[in-house]
Formats: sequence, structure tokens, C-alpha cells
Amino acid sequence: MGAVFEFAGAMFQPLASGALYWPAGQTLFVADLHLEKASHFAMRGLFLPPHDSADTLDMLITAVAQTGAQRVVCLGDSFHDQGGPDRLQPAARHALGLMTHNLDWWWITGNHDEAAAASLGGRVLEEAVLGPLTLRHQADPHDAAPELSGHFHPKLVIRHRGRHIARRCFAAGPAKLILPAFGSFTGGLDIADPAIRAALAGPATALVMDGDRLLRFPVA
Amino acid sequence: MQLPPIIANWFAQRGWQVRDHQLAMIAAAAQGRHALLTAPTGAGKTLAGFLPTLADLATTAHDGLHTLYISPLKALAVDVQRNLINPITEMGLDITVETRTGDTPSDRKARQKVRPPQILLTTPESLAILLSAPEAATMMAGVRRVIIDEIHAFGTSKRGDQLSLCLARLQRLAPAMQRVGLSATIADPESWAGWLAPDADITQVEVVRAIGGAAPAIDILVIDDRIPWGGHNGRWAARAVMRRIEQARLAIVFVNTRAVAELVFRDLWAENDMALPIGIHHGSLAPEARRKVEAAMAAGKLRGIVATASLDLGLDWGDVDLVIQMGAPKGASRLLQRTGRANHRMDEASQCLIVPGNRFEYLEAFAARDAVAAGELDPDGFRAGALDVLAQHVVGCAAAGPFYPAALYDEVKSAAPYAGLTRAVFDEVLHYAATGGYALKAYERYQRLVVQPDGRMRLRSAALARQWRMNSGTIVEAVAMNIQFGSGKGRGGRRLGQIEEYFAGQLLVGDSFMFAGQVLEVTGFDGADVHVKLGRGNPKVPVYAGGRMPMTTRLAMRVRGLMNTPDRWPEMPADVREWLAIQARVSRLPGLDDVLVETFERDGRWYLVAYGFAGHPAHQTLGMLITQRMERAGLNPLGFVASDYAMACWSLDPVDDPRALFDPAVLEDELGAWLAASPFLRRAFREVAIIGGLIERTQPGVVKTGKAMSVSSDLIYDVLRRHEPGHLLLAAAWTDARGKLTDIDRLAALLERAHSQMTHVRLAHVSPLAVPSLLTIGRERVGESADSALLAEAEALIAEAMRVA
Repeated sequence: MGAVFEFAGAMFQPLASGALYWPAGQTLFVADLHLEKASHFAMRGLFLPPHDSADTLDMLITAVAQTGAQRVVCLGDSFHDQGGPDRLQPAARHALGLMTHNLDWWWITGNHDEAAAASLGGRVLEEAVLGPLTLRHQADPHDAAPELSGHFHPKLVIRHRGRHIARRCFAAGPAKLILPAFGSFTGGLDIADPAIRAALAGPATALVMDGDRLLRFPVA
Repeated sequence: MQLPPIIANWFAQRGWQVRDHQLAMIAAAAQGRHALLTAPTGAGKTLAGFLPTLADLATTAHDGLHTLYISPLKALAVDVQRNLINPITEMGLDITVETRTGDTPSDRKARQKVRPPQILLTTPESLAILLSAPEAATMMAGVRRVIIDEIHAFGTSKRGDQLSLCLARLQRLAPAMQRVGLSATIADPESWAGWLAPDADITQVEVVRAIGGAAPAIDILVIDDRIPWGGHNGRWAARAVMRRIEQARLAIVFVNTRAVAELVFRDLWAENDMALPIGIHHGSLAPEARRKVEAAMAAGKLRGIVATASLDLGLDWGDVDLVIQMGAPKGASRLLQRTGRANHRMDEASQCLIVPGNRFEYLEAFAARDAVAAGELDPDGFRAGALDVLAQHVVGCAAAGPFYPAALYDEVKSAAPYAGLTRAVFDEVLHYAATGGYALKAYERYQRLVVQPDGRMRLRSAALARQWRMNSGTIVEAVAMNIQFGSGKGRGGRRLGQIEEYFAGQLLVGDSFMFAGQVLEVTGFDGADVHVKLGRGNPKVPVYAGGRMPMTTRLAMRVRGLMNTPDRWPEMPADVREWLAIQARVSRLPGLDDVLVETFERDGRWYLVAYGFAGHPAHQTLGMLITQRMERAGLNPLGFVASDYAMACWSLDPVDDPRALFDPAVLEDELGAWLAASPFLRRAFREVAIIGGLIERTQPGVVKTGKAMSVSSDLIYDVLRRHEPGHLLLAAAWTDARGKLTDIDRLAALLERAHSQMTHVRLAHVSPLAVPSLLTIGRERVGESADSALLAEAEALIAEAMRVA
């Protein structure tokens, strides 16, 4: 068991891949898989390597195996666009189907993927409550209840001794936790960006996994 | 060959003789031959290129486009005004001339396709876009001549590859078209004739050499018989340089990098007692800022201008009477071309002053002056055409209309850089252009190039043609951020130019840096903008990637020659003489063809200095390689530093047998692993991914969000390396990184030489030649501490080095 931190009265285990495991609920949370992002670009004639979905699903399978999760919650933007599920390669479709069949699989709907789940199994929810947590795609600054969300792709950007370092991070506010994007072709937004600050509704901390260690950076 | 009377009279009225090379160009045109003219500046080169066109149009009616003129510069206006528009007007000829660049309004561009001028002045980028239009075939069918100005600025670059492919296309559309190349004095005109010719067939090209031109007067600045030990940009001489500027009508001060331009400008400004109008010009300034400086220069309002290569090929240099080169010239051709910019009259000597930064640079300046006097120039390194450029070209061809792959292959092969292209590689490029070139057949249904029933390939949609036009071109700038003067959106901040994101990433609010000759203080960041106000105090300096040229191989040979010819030493300052003489006594001087390696201990560290004379990139790579090998040998290396002349590294344990460290055997394997993980390859990959059309260019002023946001080239690079290590673009990135960034061929030659001809000298203390390298170490290591500590260290080093006993 690696690093843990407490949030909303429960213990959570962050993974270096950007997934978050809740041992008490045997639940693995991931956000912003953006599956089939490469093929979305390919439709416009920009042929990005067609390996992003396979890569992302491989990482997800690894995280499930590592943690022994029984439930997976995808916090929205699981596909890059509406047409994504139809463009999945057969192998990726099969791997995803196995997971949605064998696990308790929740799709929280995001901006891009409302129609996604129908063909792939799993439950489709706009928002959900699980234990102490409200789950939604995009943080709601007006809701004071403890909440897990995605959407913003937070990353930590620091400049130290002339080096520019950027890493995916969890963005933690007093009652909100925003997960980093999990997809292999997803970029990020600086956690210091006003949009993330507003969404967190309070002082922000960046939680960064460096190997097995959890590092905390208060955001000024 | 007879000139038409209307032209002959024009020459006569001005009291001018038609020059021999101008007549030769007309004769070549009359025989229907391609031609290459090499001429010193001031020889009427551009006019010589146009004369056959004027003669033809003066005597024969020609409907539509007759001559394409292609220049490496966007700012064509001034030079062409003097060399083309004025003669046409004065001859009373009725010839239409228009320009077409990225700045040309779109309605005029559209009209030009339907009713083109007789002479069209353009750039390779605009020509490529023009050729991608379906109307190109009709428009170009009657073209008689294409003139490529400053051909030496193109040949060995990706722009040259693109231009060469466009020439092949033009030749197919207009089979009778004559190709004309105009060049400054170059080392090897026959090679360039081969580059210019269809199928690289030099027998089709008439090579015309304009002879004469006064030899340039090259002077090396020495003050009180002294040359500094360290440094490399001549800043020590700012006061003396300013005095020379005061004596000149208009002086250009050339520096080797953009960062140095900022520093030198500031130094000169501090010495500008007469408050002369002086300016600064480099590639990172906003185009408007550059145009302003160029205009001020053309209007005679400036007395001095600090510039990088961005001005090298700039504009009309009419009034420039002095060229000052800060730092070493790096090559004889480069020195001659820069010197040639001064003084447009062919029979007057151009004046040039070199300001060496240190003693090696003094030798280099001395050697370059010798080389220019001997007429020995640097050969250009021709190389095979880049595949990312070919991929872009193929899609551009498809945008113009369907093509048969076999026919396009033949056409491409007729471009000299692609003469050796195999059909298999060409097909691989087609496969890449059509669906991305992946082993996994994922994108068949989205293919960009579609095969028609007749076997021809066409572009799938008009939208793809538009996308191609937005992204074509072979110049890829580093990711940059805008410098915005004054804060706040919509309150009319002024854009000063751009700095690289890498440098911006190191700045915090409140930091100050040098830009456009001013100290600026960061007040905030906003997306791609850095907001600034005027600052004061000690600035950081913008760091710009690239722009640093290595010393040429020939010049390096001459520097070695000077070291080994004591007869020439009396011509040098006492400082330099003494430096060489003591080196010869306490250690050895590098030979003509060996690799001198010195090892010594100093302050508990062991130093190894290898004098390879192979240029900065090769020495940089050497340093990486040697320290890696020392690591494996348990010698605890701590760091290394590279210059054009030498590589110095230091470690906790001594190197007893340097020969083993320089083993050339497994170079490729070792470098492969290092290079694959290095930023060099990532940077190279970003460039080929943009040129090859895998990712889109960032359009100025357009911030993309959400789904349209592009994927970072680093993420793509990582995925490709994992899943498709044999991908075409990875191979293209490798080729680029090997050449430009690491100079592996030169490194391999160095290692071979070290293996067979190494001279290893064990020293009791640092040698004179090692001091310039060690001074660099001191500067980089101490970094934040006070200048006085650096001075003390430098003083101790020098005293030790010059100790003879």
C-alpha cells in the first residue's frame, strides 16, 4: 500500500497514473480518459498515433489489478467526443467490455460523452452520491458537500533553479478534490489558473505522486 | 548577343558598360540554358538575373506570367525597386510586376491566379501555396524563367528541399522553363549548379562567374596589444567599437546569437557619448519592430545597428560602410558574405572589423582573414532531402489535383535533394501522407489521400486543402510567448516581440530581462502573453535556442596551421604570442591532425581537456559521451564544458588512459540511448511533426481550447517510441538531431582521429590553452555568487597557467 491522504473523513490512495482509490468502498476513480482522442483528430486528417485508447485502458486495467477495486467510477469526458465509442478498435472495445461486465462500472457523464455508455455496459449517471462523496464531472462551487470531480485536467507547474517542471496533480480544496486527466493524450491546466481556483472555492493544494511518494504543494 | 536597343540605350544614358557576366546571362538565356551566376555584392547580380527577362519582354509580346523571382526574404521591396522597377520605368517598358507573400491581401492573391503579372516576386513558402491551387497548372504553363536569388541561402536547408521540389513541379507544368540561380561568392559553384539543375544534371547549367571586385579590408581589433583570456562575444571592446561606429557613416555590428545582441547593444549604449541613433535587429523582435528598424536604416536615420543573421540577408545595404563582427566569424564564407554587405560599389574595398572575444577567437579571426585573402571558402554540406518536407509536398500536390504516384515519384526524383530517393521510401511517405503510416490499420476510412478508380490519388476534401495551406512551410519557430508592453486586455498594450516559452518559464513576476535593447520587468502572465513594464537593475538575458553556428572544418584546419607556424606569430599581439609560446613549453601545441589531450589536477579535481577543433555541437556530444563512459569506469565525473575548440571535463578520480575513453567502436549504440531520451530529439520531433502535417501550427493570436486543443508533440513522441519505433517521423527526427544538433558525423571523425593520433600530456598544472575552457566552468558553476569571487578565481587560474618552472 502506497501513500494515503484523508479527505472528507475517509482515506484515499492516489496512484501515480492519476487514478484515486478509496479502499473502504473498494472503488477506483478516474477522470477524463478522453478515449479515441487520436481518431478524433484523424477524422480531420491529423493522424495521431492510434494507440491512445489502448494505452489508457492498459493503465486502467493495471490500476484495477493493483488495487483490487470492485467498482470503477469514470468522472466524465471518458470519450473525447460523441462518436468515440463507435471508433474503438475491436481489441480496446473487448477490453473495456470485460471491465464493465465484471466490475460495478459507473459512467458519470461529462461534456463530450453523454451517449457513450449505452453500447458498452455500465451505469450512466449525471451525478451520484457514494458514501460521503458527491461525484460529478465539473466541480460545483455552490455545493458545500464533499465532492470528487474532473474536467479541469489540473497540473502543477513549478520553476525551480531554472528548471520548468510540469506534472499531473490532484487539486484539493477545503471540500473538493479535482482529479488529474487520466488519458494518455490529455494535456493539463496549471492548478494556479483562476478557473481551477474558482472551482475549488477555497485555498488550493496540489497533491503530486512522485513514484511512491505523495508531495504537497500549497498553491499561492 | 545583342541587347535590344531600348535596354542598350538605358545603359548608355547612364554611362554604364554592360558587364561581361550580364552579357553571359543573356547569352545563356538565348541558348535556352539554365544558368547559375556567382557574383560579389555590388556586381549588379539581381539586374543580371532580370536582364534576359526584360530583353525578352521588350521584344516579344507575352501574355501571362513570364518570370518568377524567388527570394529568401519577405521584405523584397527595396532591393527590387532599385534593381527592377527603376530600370523598367526608366527604359519605358510596359511590364507588369507584382509581389506575392504572406502579407499580400487575399483579393489580390485571388486576382493574380486569374490575371497574373508578367513578373511575380515571391518566397518559397508562397510559391508552394500557389502551386497547391488547382489553377496553378494554367497559370504556370507559360512561365519562361524562374530566378532564385541568394540561392546559397537555400540549398542545404529544409527551405531548400521545399524549393527544389517546387522547381521540379514548375518544370513539369512549364517544360521550357529556364532556371536561374543568383549567388554570392561560393566555394563550389559546380555543386550548386547540380542543386539547381533538373535531375542534378550540371551539364544543363551555364555557370557564370562575375570576376573582379576589390578585396575586402579586414581588420582585427586589438587594444594595447591585448586580447582577453575568456569570453566569446567581444563585449570587452564596447568602448573601442563605439568609437569606430562614430567614425563610420553607417555600421552594422554583427553578433552570433540573439542573446548576445541584447548584451552588446546595452554595452554600446553605455558608451554612446554622442548619443548617436543606434538600433537592434534580431529574429525574436516583432515583425513591426524589425520593419521599423529596417525603414529607419533605409531612410538614413541610423548610424549603427546591432544585428544577428536575421539582417544578414535583409535589405538594401546601400549606405553601410563598415561591418563589425563581434566574436569569431565561424567561417570564411560567412565572413566574406557579411563583409560584402558593406559598400555596394564593386571596385571599392569593403571595410570589416573583427572583434575577437578571446585568444582562440583571435586565431580564428586571423585564420578567416587569411582564408578570405586566399579565396578559400567553406564548402556547403549538401544532404539528402528531408522526408517531412516531402510528405508536406505530396499533400500540396494532391491539393492542386489528382496525381499518378509513379509520375509524381519521377518528378520528385528530378529534384536534386531527392535524386537518391527509392520508390520504397517514396511509397512509405505516400502511406504516411494518406493515413499516418502506422502498422495498425486504424485510419483507412479517414484517409487524406484517396485512390481513384483510374489509379490517381486525390485529396479527400477541400477542407484538407485549406488546412494544408494554413500549415505549410518549413520554418518552425520555437514555442514562444508574446511580450506585451502595458498590462490589461483591450487597453492597447503594445507587442514588442516574442521570447521562447523555455525562457519565459523561468521568469517570475518582478523578474527583469533584456529585450529589444531595454530592461523589462514582468508584471504578469496571461495565456500566451507576458506583460511587462520598463524595469531597471540587473536583468536576466533571454535565452534563444539555436542560432549558434559551429566553426567550419576548413577554418579549424587553418587555426591548427597557425598554431604550428611560429613564423606567423610575430604578426599577432604579444598576448597571443606569449600564450602560444608558453603552451608549447609547459604542454604541447595541438598538431595539424592530432587530438591533444591534457590531464591535470587542480583543487582536488581531475581535469581532462581534449582539443578536437570539431565545433561546439560535436564537443558537446563528446562531453556527454566521455562523462558517460567515465561514469561507467567509476571515475566520478562531475561535469563538462564545450567550446568550438575543446571539451573539458572534470572528475573526482583521474583518467589514466584517455585513449580507452575515446574508443569510436560503440558510438552509435551509446548515443542512441542518450539521444532518444534527450530534449534534442524531442525538439527535432516537434519540428518534423509540424512540417510533416501530423500536428497543426499554432496560429498567431488563436488560443485553442477544449476538443480542438492540439496534443503536445512530447506525448505523441512517447507513444510513437513505445508502439511504432520504426515510424517515418521518428526516423526524420533522428536524421535532423544527428545533423544539426549533435553533429555526430564530425564527432565520429574526431573519435577516429583520437584513436589513431592522440597526444596525451600529463601536466602538473593547468595549461594556457585550457584556461578559456576553465573560465567558462567557473562562470557556470558559481552562477549566483559575486563577481569578485569569479575574478579571484580567474586570476589564480591565469597565474598558474603561465608559471613556466
